[in-house]
Amino acid sequence: MRGSILGKVTVIAATSLLALTACTTDSSIEDPPAAEGTASSESTEAAQPSEDGTEWFDQAVYDEQDGQRSATFEGDPAQPYLQYIDGEMTDTAAFAAEGPQKVCFSNASISNPWRQTGWITMNQQLQVLQDAGVISEMETRDAQDDDNTQIADIDYFIAEGNCDAFVISPNSTAAMTPAVERACETGKPVVVFDRGVQTDCAVSFIHPIGGFAWGIDTAEFLSERLGEGDKVVALRILPGVDVLEQRWAAAERIFEENGIEAVDYFTGADPVEIKSIISDELATGDVQGIWMDAGDGAVAAIEAFEDAGADLPVMTGEDEMSFLRKWDETGIDALAPVYSNFQWRTPLLALQKIFAGEEVPAEWVLPQSPITEDQRGEFLTANEGMPDGHYAKFGGEDLPGYPTVWQERQIP
Amino acid sequence: MNRLTSTHIVYLVALVTIIAGTVLVGTTGRNFFSAGNISDILTGTSILGFIAIGQTLVILVGSLDLSVPYVISLSSLVGAGIMANQAGNILPAALLALLVSALIGLANGAVVAGLKVHGFIATLGMGLIVSGYLGSTYQGSAGQAPLAFRLIGATGIGPVPVSTLIMLACAAVVLVMLNTTRLGHAMYAVGGDAPVARMSGVRTRTPVIAAHVICSTMAGLAGLLLAARLGVGSPTIGSQGGYDLLSIAAVVLGGTLLAGGKGSLVGTLGGVLIFAMLDNIMSVLQVNPFLKDVVRGIVIVVAVAVYARRRTAQRPARFGRGPTRPGDTAPPPGPGASRQGNGPARGDGTDARNEVPA
Amino acid sequence: MSVATERAVLQQNRSPRGERVLRALRTPSGAIFVLVAVLFVAVLAANPSFGEPGSLIRFIGRTAPIAIAAIGQYFVIVSGEFDLSMGSVVTAQVIIAGNLIGQDESRTLPVLALMIVFGAFVGLVNGLVTTLLKVPSFIVTLGTMLALLGLVLFWTGGAATGNPADSFRQIGRGGIQDIPVLEVLPYPVILLAVVAGAAFWLMRRPYGRTLVAVGDNPHAAALTGAPVWWIRTRAFMLSSLAATAAGVILVGYAGVHPSVGQGYEFTAITAVVLGGVVLGGGRGWVLSAAAGAFALELLFTLLNFLGVESTWRDSVQGAIIIVAVAAASRNWQRKRRGASTQAHDEHRPIAAPTPAPGTEGGT
Repeated sequence: MRGSILGKVTVIAATSLLALTACTTDSSIEDPPAAEGTASSESTEAAQPSEDGTEWFDQAVYDEQDGQRSATFEGDPAQPYLQYIDGEMTDTAAFAAEGPQKVCFSNASISNPWRQTGWITMNQQLQVLQDAGVISEMETRDAQDDDNTQIADIDYFIAEGNCDAFVISPNSTAAMTPAVERACETGKPVVVFDRGVQTDCAVSFIHPIGGFAWGIDTAEFLSERLGEGDKVVALRILPGVDVLEQRWAAAERIFEENGIEAVDYFTGADPVEIKSIISDELATGDVQGIWMDAGDGAVAAIEAFEDAGADLPVMTGEDEMSFLRKWDETGIDALAPVYSNFQWRTPLLALQKIFAGEEVPAEWVLPQSPITEDQRGEFLTANEGMPDGHYAKFGGEDLPGYPTVWQERQIP
Repeated sequence: MNRLTSTHIVYLVALVTIIAGTVLVGTTGRNFFSAGNISDILTGTSILGFIAIGQTLVILVGSLDLSVPYVISLSSLVGAGIMANQAGNILPAALLALLVSALIGLANGAVVAGLKVHGFIATLGMGLIVSGYLGSTYQGSAGQAPLAFRLIGATGIGPVPVSTLIMLACAAVVLVMLNTTRLGHAMYAVGGDAPVARMSGVRTRTPVIAAHVICSTMAGLAGLLLAARLGVGSPTIGSQGGYDLLSIAAVVLGGTLLAGGKGSLVGTLGGVLIFAMLDNIMSVLQVNPFLKDVVRGIVIVVAVAVYARRRTAQRPARFGRGPTRPGDTAPPPGPGASRQGNGPARGDGTDARNEVPA
Repeated sequence: MSVATERAVLQQNRSPRGERVLRALRTPSGAIFVLVAVLFVAVLAANPSFGEPGSLIRFIGRTAPIAIAAIGQYFVIVSGEFDLSMGSVVTAQVIIAGNLIGQDESRTLPVLALMIVFGAFVGLVNGLVTTLLKVPSFIVTLGTMLALLGLVLFWTGGAATGNPADSFRQIGRGGIQDIPVLEVLPYPVILLAVVAGAAFWLMRRPYGRTLVAVGDNPHAAALTGAPVWWIRTRAFMLSSLAATAAGVILVGYAGVHPSVGQGYEFTAITAVVLGGVVLGGGRGWVLSAAAGAFALELLFTLLNFLGVESTWRDSVQGAIIIVAVAAASRNWQRKRRGASTQAHDEHRPIAAPTPAPGTEGGT
């Protein structure tokens, strides 16, 4: 009997040994991951200690984004996905390449309507660039919202992908930094977009102005319309995501300065949860304003007021179609802040420039301007027939497949 | 022993997966056995492996652990937080993280064994408690793992990640414990039939508590390993992976009876390997992420169905051969059904080890 | 059953109604009603306006979907199984309603029929794979949960086209107006009453009694000739149908979103267990499961009214669940020690599928 146990242990040991011996031959060709880890980690040492994760409010970044809200953007306003704020440019002459190139895209996930809409747009943009002979193919790995999977995805691309360029949409900031650095060390161009990483090794980091700008836009809008002592219910999706936390950090501060009482809840973007929260709030007292860190479920919030027979609130949602439509229908006083969905086009267009050896902004700050009541009609008409989960500023009107691909949400 | 045990079947399924993987990955012009691919698969096994080892023990004693995701997150935060980028802090940080995890396991075990709360509810509740603590205490990632510690997550011997080797070493230790110690025997006994175990002189609470402590400690190890890979601790890293349900699926896929009492750790590792290969193949083929879940769901059910209909006698058991009558149409007992007095698990434990696959 | 037990049963059933109720309250299935009452008083203390008939009836309406889901989950749990696919069924039904009905009111009835068939079909698959292929239900329904949600998201590209027609949403959002005292009687309340009544009736039918017997001891039930596989399969179908009903209410109440229904399976199972129903089967009363849902919802409401920091709510909820279930578990253990004390628990059939003559007249 003891033999059988030992047998099992031997099996385990043998399997691992077998794996070892079988692969040592290959490892001479592949970069040993250990060495990569070492090199990249050292370079981050200096950059990281600031991250203690206890306070999201950062006055410097807040001021910077506040300024960017009124900055002038270079480029054609008809192509907002190519606009940027004048700043440091990266010289890409070294990356200039002939013929179609292979792109490897490590995506955090397509688990919410905002990411799905962007992902559709990106694929249509890809088609254009494939037809133009810029990109041969794009291999995509989707991490399904898991940091650990995304690290493995990036490592797989480095080892097996034969990538000519990397596009990375990080699932989280600090955790993805070492993996992005490993990608940079391959010497191929790396483009990061949406959430950032704590390294500037990427050729370009593409993002709209940011969370603080969102918070300032929305909280100032509500503060102008509400008086001291008025109550705002803040509906937040989930804690711990920097893009979302910054929105709330800015808004919370502005509400405080203006003497507006703000209570915040986490909803998981579940309209059922949202409706229950608002109903409970209305049962305890009046609510004058609704603030949201993302527009999903905005309709449920308005309906809660309707069902309770209460006066409709002043509100900030997002450029999601369901909110724009409900806003139009009810005529409430509202603002639709935008976390520019068209940024999903930009990484591939940036690669087109990079492969051509043209310089690109090191930090590519895209415009991010809210939809106001005056502009609402225009966006509703432009996006007629789009599903409720579509985002008005998706910026793909000139791409092939418009509008059917977005109407039917054809996800590859 | 002329018939296949469930462990054999698990590895047959794994073999089929390897063959399918070779062919499918080959169609994309890639090599399934290339260093990068093997490294990807083995990395996929390490985290889930740790958790599944612990989950196997908990399921063997007839309980469940749904709190693992939160223990993982907490351990990663405690570990990375205390390390604070100082190599000298690695040992105390790791020990404290494991201690905290073990204490949560102790609490789980005490509630299950002492207060007689079903493991499903006890650990669901404990998970909520820890989750509330995580949400209130940490806003986003925190701490910093020093370079020396991050090497564990980044180093590999050839294509084999060090983390996978540590996981296999833990599996070997637990395997020896399960098969040679009194505690291991008691775990099988309690899961098989608690009243009979009690009557034959086994302390029924100790093995349940021990299983929960080991399970949470394993989750703590997984959390530390994730801190090494991420470089920071993260309050959501455990729930991101969906490790609670996935680990239970891997354990059952590995041939362990969900009601407890019968099962094999080696089978569990096979289950983990199958999941890792499946994920790898689907990612190489760039399967739509929504369809990935569809495939996972179907594979879990179909793979378990392959041998679930077989007599429980074929499963590695500690007590008796489970002489179920031919033509017995009763469905398998669900979790918690071990209190049924007339289950197949009875006997004196004499020649049970003949059933254990070598 | 021994003569002594039978006599004890008879004696207990002849005792005054008040005494019987008091005795029932001391079982876990009864204690949940005490918990509901305590939580209700606490909520009232935190916010007296909650007790007004209007807001009270709205609260019941809001709890209806989770209570209905808990009733459905009860059938599966009492038969000794789990249904983890419930949340995905809710999500799938919500999205089906949104995409197939759309703004076209004439499609309401055909799509509703389709949803019911679909719900029954999911339950049938869960049940047959569990009983005939002998895969543990935890695994079967985990597989269904993953596969169903994935399929629906794949089909819709992750987001539904839009909310279904308002007339369809009235089921979850509207009610009968101009009722005295209450102002409005929400349709979900009516639906909950109907489902609860039907479930209560079903559990007193031979099917219900056999179901509990199967959960208590499938081997014994099989020996009495009960078709165990079909009895359990029907429980899974009831569960999926309850999830369908919950989905119809939720899409009316809040609208379409892929996150509607997420985590519903755990909430429903928690509610059922809070209601004193034992995981593993064989014990518990169906209406206690519904009461468990009310206890949970009252708890959430109380935490809202008390202004407990949103991040700490999980912790409070977790602690209360453990304490409540631990208390209930001690109670069951005490009950199981003596034969005569067992007998008064009318919700637990003492022996075989057909009730013994002594218990028939109880209540």
